[in-house]
Amino acid sequence: MAAGVAAWLPFARAAAIGWMPVANCPMPLAPADKNKRQDELIVLNVSGRRFQTWRTTLERYPDTLLGSTEKEFFFNEDTKEYFFDRDPEVFRCVLNFYRTGKLHYPRYECISAYDDELAFYGILPEIIGDCCYEEYKDRKRENAERLMDDNDSENNQESMPSLSFRQTMWRAFENPHTSTLALVFYYVTGFFIAVSVITNVVETVPCGTVPGSKELPCGERYSVAFFCLDTACVMIFTVEYLLRLFAAPSRYRFIRSVMSIIDVVAIMPYYIGLVMTNNEDVSGAFVTLRVFRVFRIFKFSRHSQGLRILGYTLKSCASELGFLLFSLTMAIIIFATVMFYAEKGSSASKFTSIPASFWYTIVTMTTLGYGDMVPKTIAGKIFGSICSLSGVLVIALPVPVIVSNFSRIYHQNQRADKRRAQKKARLARIRVAKTGSSNAYLHSKRNGLLNEALELMGTPEEEHMGKTTSLIESQHHHLLHCLEKTTNHEFIDEQMFEQNCMESSMQNYPSTRSPSLSSHPGLTTTCCSRRSKKTTHLPNSNLPATRLRSMQELSTIHIQGSEQPSLTTSRSSLNLKADDGLRPNCKTSQITTAIISIPTPPALTPEGESRPPPASPGPNTNIPSIASNVVKVSAL
Amino acid sequence: MNRCPRRCRSPLGQAARSLYQLVTGSLTPDSVEDEFELSTVCHRPEGLEQLQEQTKFTRKELQVLYRGFKNECPSGIVNEENFKQIYSQFFPQGDSSTYATFLFNAFDTNHDGSVSFEDFVAGLSVILRGTIDDRLNWAFNLYDLNKDGCITKEEMLDIMKSIYDMMGKYTYPALREEAPREHVESFFQKMDRNKDGVVTIEEFIESCQKDENIMRSMQLFDNVI
Repeated sequence: MAAGVAAWLPFARAAAIGWMPVANCPMPLAPADKNKRQDELIVLNVSGRRFQTWRTTLERYPDTLLGSTEKEFFFNEDTKEYFFDRDPEVFRCVLNFYRTGKLHYPRYECISAYDDELAFYGILPEIIGDCCYEEYKDRKRENAERLMDDNDSENNQESMPSLSFRQTMWRAFENPHTSTLALVFYYVTGFFIAVSVITNVVETVPCGTVPGSKELPCGERYSVAFFCLDTACVMIFTVEYLLRLFAAPSRYRFIRSVMSIIDVVAIMPYYIGLVMTNNEDVSGAFVTLRVFRVFRIFKFSRHSQGLRILGYTLKSCASELGFLLFSLTMAIIIFATVMFYAEKGSSASKFTSIPASFWYTIVTMTTLGYGDMVPKTIAGKIFGSICSLSGVLVIALPVPVIVSNFSRIYHQNQRADKRRAQKKARLARIRVAKTGSSNAYLHSKRNGLLNEALELMGTPEEEHMGKTTSLIESQHHHLLHCLEKTTNHEFIDEQMFEQNCMESSMQNYPSTRSPSLSSHPGLTTTCCSRRSKKTTHLPNSNLPATRLRSMQELSTIHIQGSEQPSLTTSRSSLNLKADDGLRPNCKTSQITTAIISIPTPPALTPEGESRPPPASPGPNTNIPSIASNVVKVSAL
Repeated sequence: MNRCPRRCRSPLGQAARSLYQLVTGSLTPDSVEDEFELSTVCHRPEGLEQLQEQTKFTRKELQVLYRGFKNECPSGIVNEENFKQIYSQFFPQGDSSTYATFLFNAFDTNHDGSVSFEDFVAGLSVILRGTIDDRLNWAFNLYDLNKDGCITKEEMLDIMKSIYDMMGKYTYPALREEAPREHVESFFQKMDRNKDGVVTIEEFIESCQKDENIMRSMQLFDNVI
């Protein structure tokens, strides 16, 4: 029963009076209305906008948030109203749904925001009214396509850890931009497709005469050259096809795909020609097979996105095209018949049969008008003019549909490309913001340690050096601190991690290092001992200085030295993206040892240098930044 | 575009009009806009005080009733189609349209083809707040399809069939063809005192007052609102 007519239930029950006198048996007892609550107004405060409605209005749909007792969770005792911290604009639509029974979708609203709100209020989007349902579905589909697109491109750009050779090959084939080899392959095949197509075309051009015989096409004059060219192209295509077949994740599906069929059809004629050169009877048929070589031009669709879009458009407009074809066929048959009978009387008329008139009708309807068949009788001319007028109409009608489809898909693609291009910049900005928050923690940690250090040193006036953090921040930091304690590891930032990795790998080389470095492996990794060790460092002012110097040494050595074997590959790749190179080198135990170097240098600069802002961490600012966007240590 | 002020209903006029439309190029069907004129008709009921006097409902009850009424019929009146559609929502399994028609005719006391809020509330007031005699009167009025003061067997058969139609196909025990007729026979046996084949209002009220079941069921309507 539709909830909207619940208000009419008393009427329906009253209408049962018509049954009472005719009933032979007694009626059952009516249900008693136990708490006969007067209908009351309830106030719904949504982000400050107050909506009021009757309680019974909301109770029409008892399986939603507002209709059930779930809304009691949002009841504010002080103001005696229900407070929802949500969007008031969308709430308008939600409340209208209760009032009218119809859910509408406002066009200006973002589809995901709207979906979120509906999910919050427990309303299924399927009950959106017919007036708005189409728009809703369109927008939802667009959104889903965009999400899928993003996911696809994400998957393509992520460096998956271990891809088998076959998978890498397939990825290289599908996305030529993944590696240089793939790009080379892509261009080479494109070049050979072009060469092959041009060869086919030039083959038939008449190429000067051999004296004593008629003009020969180039193909026969330079048959050897053309044959070599053809062979080369076919060999490349065959190799490409076999490689794709090998690399395809599902070979059966690959064989059935359109592109592979085109590939096969493009190279088959050559092989058939090889087999059948000497058989004169079949060579006639073989000649017609050569026409399939023109299919090689379709291989360009792998290289051109616009061509793919066109193909996709035609596929998606199949029904419109079918309608166009069908209506054209109907019109052709009708007009051909009429023209045939109209022109039957005239002598020497070209309209010898109805199928012969088909040609005239097609040429006229498409406004080509070759003029090889013209009606001569007056009736024929009248019908011929009607035919050409209607032809214009019939063809012009479905064309805009196809055009609009093409335009929509093309623009969607363009937007997707633009989004992908902007995505890198967007992600970089987002990452900077994220590292900001993680560095805030490290920053406050340093400040906290500094405060403790200063306390220990007994300089009370510098106790409040660290900036005051809000309660939420301090609680968050406490949480992270607990995690560190639990795992016996610490959070550090990117540059530190990278430096420490290099440091720790430098330890493998025998070199005159300050004793502080060599003492690293000896230090234990428990938290308490770390603290004690830190305190012992404090009085030694020269030790950290040497540490600092040693780090400087390290840094300079890093820059100059290129002979460290374990680092060469990672060195060059450091400038690009070095996670793969560096991470295997740094084991977690070494991290803890290296971390010790962090807090001590800043703690010891007596004048209390200004804290570097969280965005650019690294107390050793004199160490030149080495490829800042290098290692993505997931600190948080 | 000029239109004849009086809509010509003759086919010739219509053909001439469509030819004119074809020539001048106004292909828009004006009929759609014509339909819109009807729905903007609005009917407002009399004031609350008057309704309070006329019916036995309290002010609050009238308010609740009017809100429900106006929600379903924003134009202020119910026509037969609407009425049937609203009533059918309560009986999803069967076909309640015939019974709804009878109800509509019973509520539409001035027989103008529409039920306004006053008619609606007047009828409800009798059923829900009237005396037992009032209710029986109202029921008789419902059964008396041609309003001639007596119920014939055919009228009763129509009513009975419409009630059984509301049950729908899936009943236990399965509905038989002759069930309404048998029911009518038993009804007439009970009600028709002088066995003249019709039931008058006096016979009806008398017989009902003697029947305990009917009396008890009439009291069900006291607590509906």
